[in-house]
Amino acid sequence: MELLNVLFIKPFADMFAAPDFLLQVLWEGLVSGVLYALIALGFVLIYKSSRIFNFAQGIMVVFAALTLVGLHEAGVPALLAVPLTLLVMFGLAVAIERVVLRPLVNQPDIILFMATIGITLFLVGFGELIFGGENKVMITEQLFIPTGSFELEPFGGFLLIEQKDLTAVIGAVVLVGLLLLFLNKSKMGRAIRALGDDHQAALSVGISLSTIWVLVWFIAGIIALATGIVWGARAGVSFALEVIAYKALPVLMLGGLESVLGAILGGLAIGILEKLFEIYWGQPLLGGNTETWFAFVFALIVLLFRPQGLFGERIIERV
Amino acid sequence: MSVLPEVAPAEPILSVNNIEVIYDHVILVLKGVSFSVPRGGIVALLGANGAGKTTTLKAISNLLHAERGEVTKGSIVFEGQQVQDLSPNQLVKRGCIQVMEGRHCFGHLSVEDNLMTGAFTRKDGAAAIKADLELVYEYFPRLKIRRASQAGYTSGGEQQMTAIGRALMSRPKMILLDEPSMGLAPQLVEEIFEIVKRLNEEQGVSFLLAEQNTNTALRYAKYGFILESGRVVLDGDAASLRQNEDVKEFYLGVGGEGRRSFRDVKHYKRRKRWLA
Repeated sequence: MELLNVLFIKPFADMFAAPDFLLQVLWEGLVSGVLYALIALGFVLIYKSSRIFNFAQGIMVVFAALTLVGLHEAGVPALLAVPLTLLVMFGLAVAIERVVLRPLVNQPDIILFMATIGITLFLVGFGELIFGGENKVMITEQLFIPTGSFELEPFGGFLLIEQKDLTAVIGAVVLVGLLLLFLNKSKMGRAIRALGDDHQAALSVGISLSTIWVLVWFIAGIIALATGIVWGARAGVSFALEVIAYKALPVLMLGGLESVLGAILGGLAIGILEKLFEIYWGQPLLGGNTETWFAFVFALIVLLFRPQGLFGERIIERV
Repeated sequence: MSVLPEVAPAEPILSVNNIEVIYDHVILVLKGVSFSVPRGGIVALLGANGAGKTTTLKAISNLLHAERGEVTKGSIVFEGQQVQDLSPNQLVKRGCIQVMEGRHCFGHLSVEDNLMTGAFTRKDGAAAIKADLELVYEYFPRLKIRRASQAGYTSGGEQQMTAIGRALMSRPKMILLDEPSMGLAPQLVEEIFEIVKRLNEEQGVSFLLAEQNTNTALRYAKYGFILESGRVVLDGDAASLRQNEDVKEFYLGVGGEGRRSFRDVKHYKRRKRWLA
């Protein structure tokens, strides 16, 4: 009876007792959720257009952030360093297409997956060689990202919002919006979706694989840079940042590897649920620190009931 | 030595010279196939299942590579230039596009988006592409009605029309049309072929048509080649092929008089061997 109370009654009673605190928890969840969604989108785009599960997405976040900070340390003004970093990410996309993807075209998926692990290892070594292994501080202020915070008073309570987080959320929403617009309205976006639907047919109408691949890897690079800036501003720039990309894995399980909408909703859901669980169930019952594993367990449970994920693309089949 | 200017026979838009295709380095599928398509012509490539029709078409459009197939001998010449080393993308740019067997529409894209993907290789501006979209809708009024539906939910006939329309959007000089009649009601097959004929006459698009539906194909094509186990075993203009006793019996399902007896079956086998 006591257990039932702690599991099913007390958390909800707490939520109602302090709605301002609940809002605070939801806000924190939303912030990480938006970032998970962003990273998951990077995975989805690459998977859709090439059936490659890009293991290197995480290290690309680190690499982009390191390049940005490294360039700034070398004396490049911050606002110039951003486009330069994007240029580096574009070069990386071209290099990956030429050196890794093109020679391996038509190989089984698992070989391409292994190749992305290779890319990961290369970027770890290459990054350390150039930028060194020690932690760096993200150049938040130089990029004119506000660092203060402000308070709101919903329900006569107290809600603290960091401007950094707010910028991150707005930035991510804008980026996702642009990406959706690009996918749905532009010629290249249409080609990416076509490639995801039917590889052979896309080839047959003359869609050029190499162009699309460079493009999606570059988009993944842009996403990596955005994630790197935001996460770097919170936690500093180090190779440990790589780990947040793996948080996108349960998001992908939930959202389905091929669904853009799934990645977004899955990311938000995971971000918010893991925070709620941590505060209302994890800390009182399990002593906290549940955020590291909650998403994975949650995804596993969902997969038991919906193997295609919550938003896996519906398979249209006509007979 | 003649001093008179010779009237050279019109150069074919496509000629396939003695090609051999091997899948996965071991499976020999085409054993020396040669034929040509005149500019502005409709040529039928006929044959049973597994004869090599699709492989031939994919060898031309260079989609073989994606299936681990390779042209190991011979040459393919499109508009006077060897094309077997080009990518499908480059070939579409030059004006040769394939409509694949089984239609292969992009199921999650709308019909109109499907059509627009066909214009991927074009660089002549949005206005020209828009004009061609209207042209496609003129040929396929049904697609205009269904332009916003997801292609995966349209009927088989509509999908075939989408696939042909999509190819048209690339402004092709030649379309390789693989099995357009597959899985469609006879009435629809007739409709599709009528449109192919119109496209050929009005837009000057040359067609290479791979078909199992020999009867219909020979009514619309001007010339036909019959493939069997990776070889061309018979060719001729459409009228003469339709009259050919063997073609009648093996592919058109007519011919032979009265009830068959066991003796006829033996006879059939004997002639079949000659064909092969």
